[in-house]
Amino acid sequence: MATTVETIAEAVTPEFEHSNERLRRRRGALLALPAYLYLIIFFVIPFGIVVVYSFATRTRFGTDLSGWNLNSYRRLGDDLVRDVLFRSAWLALLTTVVCLVLAYPFSYYMATRSERTRNLMLVFVMIPFWTNFLVRTYAWRVILGTDGPYSQLTSAVGLGSGRLLFTQVAVVLGLVYGFLPFMILPLYASIERVDPRLLEASRDLYATGFGTFRRILLPLSMPGVIAGSILVFVPSLGAYVTPSILGGAKTTLLGSYIVTQFLSARDFPFGAALSFVLMIVMLSATLIYFRKGGRTL
Amino acid sequence: MEDIKNPAVELTGVTKRFDDVIAVDTIDLRIADGEFFAMLGPSGCGKTTTLRMIAGLEFPTQGSLKIFGDEVGTLPPNKRPVNTVFQNYALFPHMNVLDNASFGLRMQGVDKGEAAQRAREAIEMVRLGGMEKRKPNQLSGGQQQRVALARALVNRPKVLLLDEPLGALDLKLRQEMQHELKELQRELGVSFVFVTHDQEEALTMSDRIAVMDHGKLLQVGSPDEIYEHPANRFVADFIGQTNFLDGTVRDSETVVLANGSAVAAPSRHTAGTKVALSLRPERIIIRDRGDNEAQPGTDGRGLNGVIRDVTYMGNSLAYTVAIDWMEVEVRTENRPSVARLNPGTNVALTWLDTGASVVAD
Amino acid sequence: MSGSVVRPTGKTGRLLAANAWLVYLFFYAPIVVLVIYSFSDSRNVGVWGGFTLDWYEDFGNSRQAKGALTNSLKVAVASTVVAVVLGTMSALAIERYRFRGRAFFDALLYLPVIVPDVTMAVMLLLFFAEAASLFGFSKGFATITLSHIAFSISFVSIVVRARISGMSEQLEEAAMDLYATRRQAFRYVTLPAIMPGITGGALLAFTLSLDDVVITEFVTGPGWTTLPVFVFGLIRKGVTPLINAISVIMLIASMGLVALSLLAERARGDRGSEA
Repeated sequence: MATTVETIAEAVTPEFEHSNERLRRRRGALLALPAYLYLIIFFVIPFGIVVVYSFATRTRFGTDLSGWNLNSYRRLGDDLVRDVLFRSAWLALLTTVVCLVLAYPFSYYMATRSERTRNLMLVFVMIPFWTNFLVRTYAWRVILGTDGPYSQLTSAVGLGSGRLLFTQVAVVLGLVYGFLPFMILPLYASIERVDPRLLEASRDLYATGFGTFRRILLPLSMPGVIAGSILVFVPSLGAYVTPSILGGAKTTLLGSYIVTQFLSARDFPFGAALSFVLMIVMLSATLIYFRKGGRTL
Repeated sequence: MEDIKNPAVELTGVTKRFDDVIAVDTIDLRIADGEFFAMLGPSGCGKTTTLRMIAGLEFPTQGSLKIFGDEVGTLPPNKRPVNTVFQNYALFPHMNVLDNASFGLRMQGVDKGEAAQRAREAIEMVRLGGMEKRKPNQLSGGQQQRVALARALVNRPKVLLLDEPLGALDLKLRQEMQHELKELQRELGVSFVFVTHDQEEALTMSDRIAVMDHGKLLQVGSPDEIYEHPANRFVADFIGQTNFLDGTVRDSETVVLANGSAVAAPSRHTAGTKVALSLRPERIIIRDRGDNEAQPGTDGRGLNGVIRDVTYMGNSLAYTVAIDWMEVEVRTENRPSVARLNPGTNVALTWLDTGASVVAD
Repeated sequence: MSGSVVRPTGKTGRLLAANAWLVYLFFYAPIVVLVIYSFSDSRNVGVWGGFTLDWYEDFGNSRQAKGALTNSLKVAVASTVVAVVLGTMSALAIERYRFRGRAFFDALLYLPVIVPDVTMAVMLLLFFAEAASLFGFSKGFATITLSHIAFSISFVSIVVRARISGMSEQLEEAAMDLYATRRQAFRYVTLPAIMPGITGGALLAFTLSLDDVVITEFVTGPGWTTLPVFVFGLIRKGVTPLINAISVIMLIASMGLVALSLLAERARGDRGSEA
């Protein structure tokens, strides 16, 4: 340590050792402190407020925080709300599965290219990842719009003027488009980490190509599959921009439903309860991931 | 090359190209059933690629590859009667020892109970009984090596391929495993094809050795053929230690060295060929010649020199001897009956006719 | 080229390659279409009506759009600067020190990354509503910037941590062995070594700030808007070719940032090979 240079003759005592360790700890805590405080103020406390609001009562003028009750959570069982929840879960699941089906072979293909090709392929995945999400979603609005490229294409093929905009298909398409990079990147990272010799050993031990995929590659790349699925499923469930641009009345998802509670219905307690549910889904998904041995997302 | 009837593995004109690189260049090779065969060479010489082609992990760009007479050139590995012990073992990290060992049998459709039974026997055979439930990362390097061996052998392959199987082990364990592998091979009677870059390992274990460099097969033969009669300079240099004395062939019996002295060294090279006389350090006889300036050898095999340096190596002594134009290394056993010479001593170096070989590049 | 087991050729190989091309087509075709139609002389956004630059001129004439762009840039710069400082400090603390509450802090840092935008937006909306009733302030630049910092810290911290963990602690020890003080070791060894991570984190924070719609929409006040929120509002009112033009401008900004981040990565690679 720099401070000990001047005190050459001093013998190291347990007290010195102890205070040195204390100094290090204090230094670490001090470095962390600003961000720590910031997140307490702007994340932990807001989260607490959401929880409090979810037990509050809606009044004509706003929200009454005094009388605690479970009314907002009871409303989760209403038919209308249940419809929204199930539909959201179903569309988010569909989005996740489509992403997985597209991304897995893609990532495997990428992982088995030469280093140069691999880096190039990666760059062209990163570009959409960095590109403005709103703009990318809007592009589909242009494509699917009335008399737009999509309907011109379908009528040219002789399928009549196709109409996808404002349907569930359009929403899933938009979500897949938006979140596919989030599936590819973790999948690629975990497939790339699998030692190719394990796949060779499996083939050497009489497994077919598919058998090798099922018994070796898939289990070993599971952390990537789970991480990618969480990174696609959770934001799909909470999607707001995509359904507002590409969806219609029948495609309200949990995310847009929550927004409605705050920005138009002004039902803060119910909106807070819905947000809390979304948060719980996210937290349990993350816990499953870490339980399954994943390390980083 | 010897005539091998019904070879276990037969390569004819096999070439493997990766983009612009020729990894294996028109190789012809026959490996007999039941022999312990080593493929030796520096890294990148094509020995591993050759092994991988036999395993079916790479497919040849050209040529014919037969296993027990059947053409297997483009057959996938799961359809070949051979198994591989991989470098660093490639044990499936998410499976325990038993599941690893029974994997091949399960994939061949053997029912679960029987596969487990046979896998247990194989685990027993490599002396890992009781470790069935461990995961690979809970085993030591030597134990992992044994699991890899059991996992391959349980399938009763007709040829076992081993890719640097001992490379990751420390010296002591390595020597122990060398011995065990040899025993196992003798017991099972199947061919082991073994890739290594360690010449000592190849010499001690194999019935025959193939030396490769730059994708080409340089020499195939028994360990003593390769050591005593290296086909060229590269083989002589790669196997064991040696001194190269550059020279030119004068006739079928004589080589003229760089300083103009003629030494007796029979060779089949034509007169005028640039060659090197390869003198193994332990084959040179060194003796004190006092102030005597006369030629040392009585039959044209000898050189005069002065000892520059002596290195004590425990079981042997290494002398660095300066002759007219270069330094030569000489080794003697460290025994009471062999006199130790000091630096500065004038010495005579001689050798018997089997002590030297003439090699071209 | 003849294949191997891990890189299949033949039918499987062709299917894999086809899928890869399909994915890229899917990624890029919409972007290309959007750019093309931003030059289309037609009121209908998806119909080609000849070449024009009118819509870009409209953008140039729109005070609202330009004002929103300026606001976006202000927020992005301010939030990036703060997030980079706090994020880098927290990354150093977690990677290099142990202290009480470290595990909780570690988990807390991950949360803003995985929480859906909407949840974060709700949390901050209610928070600022409560805070405003206590202290009384108006929502706008400050609330938006504070919110963007809240999620950017985490992203910066993750990117910088990756860089620090790849760096040997021995470098600092070597510096101190060569008579550097702790401060000098940080200034001359640690900081330059983690600089590419900090640059990468800053670019990510900047991009995320420029991209954000949901959180900004929740915490903004009347009369104060950023470009994405402005565009989002336009889209909901009905699509116009002006949106195409603004989108392409935002697209170009994104691409510029990608290029910058690639350059940062390139610099990282060079540094690595020098070491």
